[in-house]
Amino acid sequence: MRFAIPIVVFLLLVVVFSFGLFNDPRELPSPFLGEQAPTFEVASLTEPDRIVGSADYAGKMALVNVWATWCGGCRQEHGFLMQLARSGAIPIYGINWRDSRPEALQWLQKLGDPYEFSAYDEDGRAGIDWGVYGAPETFLVSPDGIVLHKHLGPLDAAIWQEDFVPLIEAGEPSS
Amino acid sequence: MRRFIVCTLLVAFASVALAIDTDKAFDDPELQARYEHIIEEVRCLKCQNQSIKDSNAFLAGDLRREIRRMLSEGKTDAEIYDFLVARYGEFALYRPRMSGKTLVLWVAPIVLLLAGGFVLVNILRRRMAIPMESDAAAEE
Repeated sequence: MRFAIPIVVFLLLVVVFSFGLFNDPRELPSPFLGEQAPTFEVASLTEPDRIVGSADYAGKMALVNVWATWCGGCRQEHGFLMQLARSGAIPIYGINWRDSRPEALQWLQKLGDPYEFSAYDEDGRAGIDWGVYGAPETFLVSPDGIVLHKHLGPLDAAIWQEDFVPLIEAGEPSS
Repeated sequence: MRRFIVCTLLVAFASVALAIDTDKAFDDPELQARYEHIIEEVRCLKCQNQSIKDSNAFLAGDLRREIRRMLSEGKTDAEIYDFLVARYGEFALYRPRMSGKTLVLWVAPIVLLLAGGFVLVNILRRRMAIPMESDAAAEE
């Protein structure tokens, strides 16, 4: 009985510390979750004269993917994004974050372009508005412009099935 | 030889000088002071144990640029912190503001301190009680 309190305190600390230990501090909850997604209006990567932005996917379930050629995780997920784009499950909109236009164009030419468009966010303003701090980041935006989910790091089929598909099915009015 | 030493020292310290944002951003000393204060209070999300003042990650540079822009537009410090928290969450600030979500951060140290004090007082009381009990036992 004498040791009951220290043991309880010890176990509580174990719980607290293991929570801290197994939680990745780099994975921050986006303040936009469940909130209105940020908007953007930026020149297109492929057509520099055309302004693209969040208005282009208003009313649609959309995926907003932040990518760059300097980002290893983006290279890793590119194959999956191509597959996803081909499946026609959801339109993908890119924000090409802090990149160089020639290199980004070359990347799309070589690896394929899964995006409806890529906004060329040269100075990172759109990235800041979306609270981006590490590419790749992928946002699922509902038809009424609410951020349903954010994924940090490369996407793959398993993550897609687990985290995105149920939300898309729940968000899409069943007909 | 002396020139060699001076050059070596210059090269050695050049990287230090380059690593941090030492450029004077504003001519107005008051604005400059506010700017320097704010960039020390904001965490670099890319390199989480550095402030955006200490970091040369491009994101830190972008955030410094946004803060300079907002300061020159006459925004208040609170508006600038709001801008950052709205995008990156309370975690972006080294001193998160008191709110429902961060309440536990602010209250926990006080609660833990009080709990520790309570335990300490109890132990001391018990210790002080022991000799008195043994005295009483000796008297019997």
